[in-house]
Amino acid sequence: MERTRKKGQLLSRMATNDRHGENSPYFDGWKAYDENPFHPSQNPDGVIQMGLAENQLCFDLIKKWILENPDASICTAEGVDKLKNIAIYQDYHGLKEFREAVAKFMERVGGNRVTFDPNRIVMGGGATGANETVMFCLADPGDAFLVPAPYYPAFARDLRWRTGLEIVPVDCKSSNNFRITRAALEEAYEKAQSSNINVKGVILANPSNPLGTVLDRETMRSLVSFVNEKGIHLVCDEIYAATVFSSPRFISIAEIIQDMDCNRDLIHIVYSLSKDMGFPGFRVGIVYSFNDVVVNCARKMSSFGLVSSQTQYLLASMLSDEEFVGNFLRESSKRLARRHSVFTKGIEQVGISCLKSNAGLFFWMNMRPLLKEQTAQGELELWRAIISEVKLNVSPGSSFQCSEPGWFRVCFANMDDETVEVALERIRAFVLQGKEEDAPDQKSQRWHKKSLRLSFSSSRLYDESPMSPRMLSPHSPLVRART
Amino acid sequence: MLSTKASCSSHGQDSSYFLGWQVYEKNPFDEVVNPTGIIQMGLAENQLSFDLVESWLRKNPDAMGLKKDGESVFRELALFQDYHGLPAFKNELVEYMAKIRGNKVKFEPKNLVLAAGATSANETLIFCLANPGDALLLPTPYYPAFDRDLKWRTGVEIVPVHCSSSNGFRVTRLALEEAYQRAQKLNLKVKGVLITNPSNPLGTTMTRDELNQLITFAIAKNIHVISDEVFSGTVFDFPGFISIIEAARDRNLESTDVWSRIHIVYSLSKDLGLPGFRVGMIYSKNETVISAATKMSSFGLVSSQTQYLLSNMLANKKFTSKYMKENQKRLKKRKEMLVSGLKKAGIECLKGNAGLFCWVDMRHLLSSNTFEAETELWKKILYEVGLNISPGASCHCTEPGWFRVCFANMSHETLQVAMQRIKDFAERSSCSGIGKSYQQNMSSFRRKLLTSNWVRKLSSSDRDEQER
Repeated sequence: MERTRKKGQLLSRMATNDRHGENSPYFDGWKAYDENPFHPSQNPDGVIQMGLAENQLCFDLIKKWILENPDASICTAEGVDKLKNIAIYQDYHGLKEFREAVAKFMERVGGNRVTFDPNRIVMGGGATGANETVMFCLADPGDAFLVPAPYYPAFARDLRWRTGLEIVPVDCKSSNNFRITRAALEEAYEKAQSSNINVKGVILANPSNPLGTVLDRETMRSLVSFVNEKGIHLVCDEIYAATVFSSPRFISIAEIIQDMDCNRDLIHIVYSLSKDMGFPGFRVGIVYSFNDVVVNCARKMSSFGLVSSQTQYLLASMLSDEEFVGNFLRESSKRLARRHSVFTKGIEQVGISCLKSNAGLFFWMNMRPLLKEQTAQGELELWRAIISEVKLNVSPGSSFQCSEPGWFRVCFANMDDETVEVALERIRAFVLQGKEEDAPDQKSQRWHKKSLRLSFSSSRLYDESPMSPRMLSPHSPLVRART
Repeated sequence: MLSTKASCSSHGQDSSYFLGWQVYEKNPFDEVVNPTGIIQMGLAENQLSFDLVESWLRKNPDAMGLKKDGESVFRELALFQDYHGLPAFKNELVEYMAKIRGNKVKFEPKNLVLAAGATSANETLIFCLANPGDALLLPTPYYPAFDRDLKWRTGVEIVPVHCSSSNGFRVTRLALEEAYQRAQKLNLKVKGVLITNPSNPLGTTMTRDELNQLITFAIAKNIHVISDEVFSGTVFDFPGFISIIEAARDRNLESTDVWSRIHIVYSLSKDLGLPGFRVGMIYSKNETVISAATKMSSFGLVSSQTQYLLSNMLANKKFTSKYMKENQKRLKKRKEMLVSGLKKAGIECLKGNAGLFCWVDMRHLLSSNTFEAETELWKKILYEVGLNISPGASCHCTEPGWFRVCFANMSHETLQVAMQRIKDFAERSSCSGIGKSYQQNMSSFRRKLLTSNWVRKLSSSDRDEQER
């Protein structure tokens, strides 16, 4: 005890608290996957990863481009001349060509209805780093941000851990399709104020994770007027902007403020290429602010998470190839639409509904009819059953701070067509099996009787096991190549 | 409306260290296009050995991962964001780190955490070791950007440990104790001491005695030791490099408490000359630190394509051996060139065996033994001589008149131009006497030309910046 206490004081509070959020059940599903990952031929009974929002549908297009453009890479004979200049380039402004290409790409994704100034493009270590940086610029320890729930689980870490900020959730209900209402915003704001919590702004993802929906114009205008009135900030994480695959179209906050009388110093965008292009490994995060002081501050802070110049160089070339970009965005939308349709129709056949959505790499599935009890506990039980029996890692709504139990986020863009079929089959079998049971009691007993392979004991609190978003599957050629 | 961090200036970028760069950027030297421009000698970059890296790349065209063993790993790389880092990369890094230390120590990949450059590694380590308001002891002079990297977002304070030229700026137990007492008086809780070894800006390696003093001090005060060893691969001369880990192990401290309070920061930016790739790392035997730092690295992971490229490069042991040897040879030669050039100008340097710079003694050129005089001298050297060098004040040196002059970020010819300019400047200074206006002593046409060009190029806004 003495030694533990002594150790705890030796390090910072930050190093020893768990505001990094990784001890939540959200990550337990990944552990199940890591221990028993599905592979069509080598491990067909393994757990299928549906808890990871990755876009793996268009690598063929990117690979083709890279092979056809060897001079975009400093590793090829055609590009190696650039090595020296690129390898020494650590200017936190970022390569001019890179910023220009990113700005143009963002314009394209915004339907060419807005212009983005390359001089406002600031780098971040992925959207993870970008979001944290924006928080450091806008708020002090102890301040808070309103976040419409359900929201991306890692916001708990990204927005709060090292910044010392608090999150105040804004409750959204299924009764109106989880829309963000003015009333809900006001309520959350009032609640914070009465608890003496200083609200510095609102932060949200549009398109939404986990809902997969885009914000309509009216809601966005309402948000802008809300923050204007209160004199607080609005941060829009537009990381899923190009994953919109059907109407209504994506509207960037940059477009909304064009026709509104508002204080632009309050408006900030976070962007990334991890979802739209499927490059999470390249760590391309962007902070785009309409506030000059924030641009300058974020730029200095970007020293802590610059984009590798090798990557900047490659992407500067790729993203300024207009023909490629146009083709990519069209094709990506098509494939996402198709995949989304296959899944949603497939589970509809067994009576499961989803929130109507037109974006993202996932759908928001309504499993409330299958809950033993309409509580958070009921949801967790159902979820554990899905992982251990159905062997699908899906994400329970509670990990997104959803106030209504029974919703699950299911990712669909991180697998091949073969796996899609297997996943659908498993869901169908599980749901139908459940419906075939005579009495609800038997159904619930079935779940309780099955020995849960997962252990959720607290001894895993300081476990060293990998719990980060993407680890190498044992089937990975990268692993094989090195043994 | 914004955070305190956004509105204050503890990012430290108002210092002369950064101002010099700004002025350089407006008028950069180029042998052909701008021969009268400012030569950048304030940037500790290693540009001497790119040809070796280039030649490796030419021979290994598949470093993009498109055709590895007949199977493309591009997709895997594009998706790979595991904060544990690419296993192959970490395996190569620990071997490389050991090699630099003459294989006298061994490192484990599981104790290595990757970060976006040493900038990010240092900040992350401080987030793990200290709370806002705690303090770190740092021997002076130290790397100017530590003020930003260690203090800005962490809220931690730096308490300088004064080192003086009287003993070659070596760190003494006395100085450590004195700094500690000073911190106590200010009600600051000291969590650790951070050293840079080899030293920036001194260009020297720490002696075993110094390292032992530090370790003993850390044991006595129950604090951490962070050793920033980013320049460990730039040691080109005797007495050679001793890592803090080696010193501790030689004292059989492996199973004692202090072993988990010793941490190393490293990077490929100086040794391999690849600062743009943002490859930094933390090495620690403290499991809790590793666990927390690993999670924090999410905020600054190394690009997977870069990890892949470099793991392939470092896997080629013939290449790394050749590179290390050749790089050190070239650094030594370049340093000797600068040292002898300065000597011809009547200027001495601190004797050094590492780094990408010289710690130059210009005290005799000061009009008075003050930092104002040092700034005056620095400005003259920047605007009139056309060299951006870093004044000791920006490194928190306690004695005015010392300057850090970098030599590895330019061609041989450019260094010769720089040497000539320094020589001319020194001659002028000795002719005119210290403190007088140098313009009055222009005798050659070339010098006149240089001066008038620079003065013309300076806009009034530059002057305002310089006056800040």
